[in-house]
Amino acid sequence: MNRTKTIDKLRSPLAALALLPLLALGACGGADDGSSASASASGGGEGGATLNLVAYSTPQVVYDEVIPDFQKTPEGEGVRFKSSFGASGEQSRAVEAGLPADIVSFSVEPDMTRLVDAGLVDAGWKNTEHDGLVTTSVVAFVVRKGNPKNIRTWDDLLRPGIKVVTPNPFTSGAAKWNLLGAYAHGGLDYVRKLITEHVDVQPKSGREALQTFTGGTGDVLLSYEYEATTAQKKGEDVEYVIPDDTLRIDITIAKTAKAPAAADAFLEYVLGDAAQQRFADWGYRPVNETVLEKNREKFPEPKTLRTIDDLGGWEKIDDDLFDPEKGSIAKIEEEAGVSTAK
Amino acid sequence: MSAVATPLRRPRAGAQGLSGGALGLGVVTLWLSVIVLLPLAAVVDRSLEGGLSAFWNSVTSRQAIDALRFTILISLAVAAVNAVMGTLIAWVLVRDDFRGKRLVNAIIDLPFALPTIVAGLTLMALYGDAIAFTRWAVLLALLFVTLPFVVRAVQPVLLELDREMEEAAASLGASGPTIFRRIILPNLVPAIVSGVALAFARAVGEFGSVVLISGNIPFQTQVAAVYAYKQLESDNVGGAAAVSVVLLALSLLVLVALRLVERWGTRHDG
Amino acid sequence: MARRSLRFVALAYLAGILVVPVAVVLVKTFEPGPASVWESVTTPAATHAFYLTVLVAAIAVPLNTVLGVLAAMLLVRGRIRGRALVEAVIDLPFAVSPVVVGLALILLYGREGWFGDELAELGVRVIFSLPGIVIATVFVSLPFVVREVAPVLREIGTEQEQAAQTLGASAWQTFRRITLPSIRWGVAYGIVLATARSLGEFGAVSVVSGKVSGETETLTLLVEKRFENFDLAGAYAASTVLALLALATLAAMTVLDRRKAT
Repeated sequence: MNRTKTIDKLRSPLAALALLPLLALGACGGADDGSSASASASGGGEGGATLNLVAYSTPQVVYDEVIPDFQKTPEGEGVRFKSSFGASGEQSRAVEAGLPADIVSFSVEPDMTRLVDAGLVDAGWKNTEHDGLVTTSVVAFVVRKGNPKNIRTWDDLLRPGIKVVTPNPFTSGAAKWNLLGAYAHGGLDYVRKLITEHVDVQPKSGREALQTFTGGTGDVLLSYEYEATTAQKKGEDVEYVIPDDTLRIDITIAKTAKAPAAADAFLEYVLGDAAQQRFADWGYRPVNETVLEKNREKFPEPKTLRTIDDLGGWEKIDDDLFDPEKGSIAKIEEEAGVSTAK
Repeated sequence: MSAVATPLRRPRAGAQGLSGGALGLGVVTLWLSVIVLLPLAAVVDRSLEGGLSAFWNSVTSRQAIDALRFTILISLAVAAVNAVMGTLIAWVLVRDDFRGKRLVNAIIDLPFALPTIVAGLTLMALYGDAIAFTRWAVLLALLFVTLPFVVRAVQPVLLELDREMEEAAASLGASGPTIFRRIILPNLVPAIVSGVALAFARAVGEFGSVVLISGNIPFQTQVAAVYAYKQLESDNVGGAAAVSVVLLALSLLVLVALRLVERWGTRHDG
Repeated sequence: MARRSLRFVALAYLAGILVVPVAVVLVKTFEPGPASVWESVTTPAATHAFYLTVLVAAIAVPLNTVLGVLAAMLLVRGRIRGRALVEAVIDLPFAVSPVVVGLALILLYGREGWFGDELAELGVRVIFSLPGIVIATVFVSLPFVVREVAPVLREIGTEQEQAAQTLGASAWQTFRRITLPSIRWGVAYGIVLATARSLGEFGAVSVVSGKVSGETETLTLLVEKRFENFDLAGAYAASTVLALLALATLAAMTVLDRRKAT
């Protein structure tokens, strides 16, 4: 007869108990994966505040540099940081659901508006020197090395046989910018032609779209300038082109209503010369005019640069174009699906 | 033989301890309620916040219906493939012997341990050009993700199987396939159905691996989970909840049906 | 003959669906060289993610194991009405997409959830903290042990237990000495599957963890973050750690069982 097996069932809980002290050890040193890792978490000084930074995913590389820089300044000494990065919409919803946050930064304004409506961010967050923005960018085309198909303008995208990859604006709110760039150029007619005849796949997010593109799909990827430059800096073999007329992408930043005083200091720092230069190095267009001018060569001004306000503002755009049932672009997507479905 | 023929015989009154008793029932009910039912109740409640008409509108949009249909159909296909291949693999792992068998047995569970994004990435890297962004891609991703279910459900039962009957049948001249069909398979059916039910349920809810490789083409490769995610992203929480509730209800139906089939099967045994 | 062809079909299927993708992960992990891999898995963030992931599994799996065995016994041998429905409820966690699991937990424990106010008053944080991650993991790994053990219980019947009881054994003794040993492979495989699932859970945890690096970031979330930051090698390295953890669980189960068997 088989022996008893009680000891088996005890092993797992025992193992768990054994792991707890190890976890305690591990938790002390926990920090970001970024280059200047240890500084950010272990900076707990005497009576220093802790700032919770909740932001969308791409600028993590920049904040990995900006935060340690800030901690070396008198205002930032002793300030600890806890940071969370993820898809803009998901992060915004998390804060709404209770994720502690002192500084928030999102790639589309509606993600900030959501928090204003929830009473977590002051309605006057935009009343800063730079209208609540921390950086801007522009809609760009990512092309194959050497640009073999010579894609330079929006109209080039509609040439026969050109395949376009763009992230789905309904799974990724941030991806709305890409189609809005198209919309700003040629209105709904252009967008309809683009989606129906030239877009075969719409990956879930910007990052996944880039992965899909570098994996061999499509001739051109609709993206942001800084997504392309960040990828380049990280060793990806991408080339990008800025069309003559394009759309300005506005990246928002704000502190939450209950944030400590250190949040104001950090915000001021982030908009200051040093931090803005860090952003510029990674390809984000600074809102700080001095820094922008210094980096002019890197950031040529497009001949025609439209903004979301030219298109009517976010609220109108979201309603008219992106409402999942009644929005024009939603309808275009549906039609496209129907026409190409078997 | 009797051990197999009496699985449903109710234990005698004095043997209630065999099933864990009243305390056991209470604990399990509490656990299921708090962990499973309560969260799902919250979702159902949210889906009905706008009233029945809002619920109905959310789930009868063309995209919603198509996504639901695609999801259920492809999940059934996945379940069917798993029923056959899973049993086959379990059989080979238990009854066969070959070099490297231990290793093969070990890696069966890996699809679970690998985060879904990795599954999507590797499948895309491997089979990308040929089938990416097609229904085959979705099928492949789902087969990867559901592989362990039937295998691991059938293995323990096969291990516990009493070989006497098979040996007796063999000595009476029955062929391999006949023995399998008439003696072994009936004993495996509950395990197979159990694994299939899980595989189906998992395929229905799968998101991470599919969303990367499917291209999210509405009306072609969009699964219901992705559709629900889109509603969420557009702040249509009620709509996301509604689609999820329908998916759950449909899955529940299929799962219950499978269980009843399983029960009917074992009752007619022997 | 038939044996060979069966083996061939099984292995070919496994090769195409499983082995090759896993091999891709391994190859891409070690592409930059072992030193780089080691560095990648020992960063402070990775180490913490490792501990957090193991801790969560170490809580979720034993819970689901004990309750799973109990539930299996109730289902197979107890007198429950609507058994098919109960079993289906147990299977539901898989039909729920991870997005919805996260949504459900936020609807319950979030700032504006059913228990939001009470939790805030007590100063307890469930969502965006360890408890939330554990609950989500318990949810997704819930069915495994039940589903592995139930068919085995059905298969072995109740004869031996009934014999033991007529000979005077208590319920607990019967369970320990007769039932448990005969369902050991079911329990073992259930534990292995539940552990693997807990380790690899991504979607639901992604929503409820808050992804605070160094605090609530599990290994799967770390994989995603590295992917976002173009550190594909690092993402694959973290995935390999997950795979090794899963393999270790199976090894542990096999070793433990071998030692117990007489």
